[in-house]
Amino acid sequence: MAKMTLEELRKLRDKKKVEIKKRDVSDRDTHIIVGMGTCGIAAGGKVVLDTFLRELDSRHLDNVIVTQTGCMGLCYVEPTVEVISPGMPPVIYGKVDASVVKRIVDEHIVGKQMVSDHVFDRPSADIIKDGGK
Amino acid sequence: MAFRNYILVCGGTACESSKASAIYDALVAECQAQGVSKDVQVVKTGCFGFCEQGPIVKILPEDSFYVRVKPEDAKELVSEHIVKGREVKRLLYDKDSSKKHAKVEDIKFYQKQFRIVLRNCGFIDPENIDEYIAREGYGALEKVLFEMTEDDVINELKIAGLRGRGGAGFPTWMKWNFSKQVESDDKFIVCNADEGDPGAYMDRSTLEGDPHSVLEAMTIAGHTIGANHGIIYIRAEYPLAIKRLEIAMKQARDYGLLGKNILGSGFDFDIEIRLGAGAFVCGEETALLASIEGHRGMPVPRPPFPAVRGLWSHPTVINNVETWANIPIIILKGGAWFERIGTPDSHGTKVFALTGKIRNSGLVEVPMGTTLREIIYDIGGGIANDKEFKAVQTGGPSGGVITKDYLDTPIDFGSLVKLGSMMGSGGMIVMDEDDCIVDVAKFYLNFTVDESCGKCAPCRVGGRSLSNILEKITKGDGTLDDLDKMAEIGNAMKKASLCALGQTAPNPILSTVKYFKDEYLAHIVEKKCPAGKCKSLITYSINVDKCIGCTACARKCPVQAISGERRAPHKIDPSLCIKCGVCLETCKFGAVEVH
Repeated sequence: MAKMTLEELRKLRDKKKVEIKKRDVSDRDTHIIVGMGTCGIAAGGKVVLDTFLRELDSRHLDNVIVTQTGCMGLCYVEPTVEVISPGMPPVIYGKVDASVVKRIVDEHIVGKQMVSDHVFDRPSADIIKDGGK
Repeated sequence: MAFRNYILVCGGTACESSKASAIYDALVAECQAQGVSKDVQVVKTGCFGFCEQGPIVKILPEDSFYVRVKPEDAKELVSEHIVKGREVKRLLYDKDSSKKHAKVEDIKFYQKQFRIVLRNCGFIDPENIDEYIAREGYGALEKVLFEMTEDDVINELKIAGLRGRGGAGFPTWMKWNFSKQVESDDKFIVCNADEGDPGAYMDRSTLEGDPHSVLEAMTIAGHTIGANHGIIYIRAEYPLAIKRLEIAMKQARDYGLLGKNILGSGFDFDIEIRLGAGAFVCGEETALLASIEGHRGMPVPRPPFPAVRGLWSHPTVINNVETWANIPIIILKGGAWFERIGTPDSHGTKVFALTGKIRNSGLVEVPMGTTLREIIYDIGGGIANDKEFKAVQTGGPSGGVITKDYLDTPIDFGSLVKLGSMMGSGGMIVMDEDDCIVDVAKFYLNFTVDESCGKCAPCRVGGRSLSNILEKITKGDGTLDDLDKMAEIGNAMKKASLCALGQTAPNPILSTVKYFKDEYLAHIVEKKCPAGKCKSLITYSINVDKCIGCTACARKCPVQAISGERRAPHKIDPSLCIKCGVCLETCKFGAVEVH
């Protein structure tokens, strides 16, 4: 890299800032959980996960955490995705593919409208949230 | 490129020494082997601060905090956490937590901390300048070069109220202003990285974890006072910090952030590293400058202060690593932002190296005004092994002890001096009931006696005399007038020594005599060491009622001082006993007693 001008430094910073921001997990209020059990992966869970990361990246949505989990039990509608977003009820989407991912990002996360034709369940209550007492 | 997961591996010296490098390599190899290397970024960062639990690996975005990781754990971390999305519970810090995840924000160690100096430590890869730049790095330099005048910079530091973090707490803006006002054909900027207090390692960690923050700050100072050369004086025992500084300097030069015509501004500035041989006195600024000039590291009387007449007789601004690391953020966020943090007397934060008999030893950064109790009990998790707190030593060999009664003192420059200790560079050593206070005072005093350069008589002769008296007391030959004699010598050293080393060397004694007079009296009058540390004053014996005659102690005794038949009470021969304490540790029945 040759010596930089002020402009180049600023450009580099803006570019790198976007990358490093992804490492900062504070202040993230939306959580996408992709079911990646054997059934989920076989049905295309990996494509779903990658598409989420790509779509969020291109829309510069940095308030979202994408993680994976095991089988959610809805094996008949895999791949499944749970979305927890402020002001919205937690919901599980099924039969998700790349085009549905785009709709979830645009309609659910940005537009705050559920993608009704793919809603399959809401997450069951977590009985060990309180330490199993 | 969007990564699915980020694996942050601590690359500080403490974690490196417990194989963090091997863990990093193993994680990279495993990601490759398990076909996820494109989805995961593995980053070696600076110190996370939680050294007690190292080596530390943090995986994002789940924010899972894995502790005491071994290279052989890499496979499981990748196959479970990364591939299957399941946390590896056995390696999580908070295994028993009822919560789903052990997140960093839930860990008590981090809750009261406020990280300014350590803002990038444990987050960025210190060997990659782009990551520093991404965290607003070199943004302060931009501002200084293109938007602010030199006086603006000094004024901002004045509003911030930043005081030197090396120990003395001198206002930074004044130092810079003195140098700026002197007309000279050459001026110098020096970074004091000769961190020498026993148990202190915050400067090392800062340089290892965020070297660019110091380089940027020194360049800012150079522009402000009109200097074109910077020197980092760092001890040769810090090889990792030196390596990271060298990498950082090369990258900054390649980018044109050091060298000629920085960012096209017309300003030239470059930095070189000078290695110190590890003499404690070289942390004193005038001795440090003598050492850079190639002379023996000995202090000279001040004034003139280095800010006016320093390196090769030119005006020189010397600041400590932690002070430098504060500067870019003050310029970026403004002095008023910094001024609001802390107490009226001391603004901003202070990094402490919390060590000794504490549960969570490590590096902590807290706002000024945090109490000792919060640091020791909330952040430090209290005393290790459920022992009783006795005292905390701050300020290294120049400081003093603080007792239980003063634990609620808010920490700032003024309050610690009032208690007879000092902030110092940030070493904080916690002692429990098993520590003998006379022994502790002897340790610190002998440290400064060894490290005295010998130039001035008060320090050279006074230190040795004090050491002799303490030796006498711990041998059981002390007399009551020894206490007065120590006070007299100590006060003379304080007044007459040439530099801070001699002026502060008696502090550990004066403060321990003040707060623990009883314990000194026990040594002198009763010839007893209550903590059982001073070997001349204790005897080991075996309680015949408790001894079952298992012979364990007799077999472990290195000098065969213990005799007795099997299944019959044993006996220690005091004439042979060397008081090593092995029998005490060995006995499972509490039969070995110390008096």
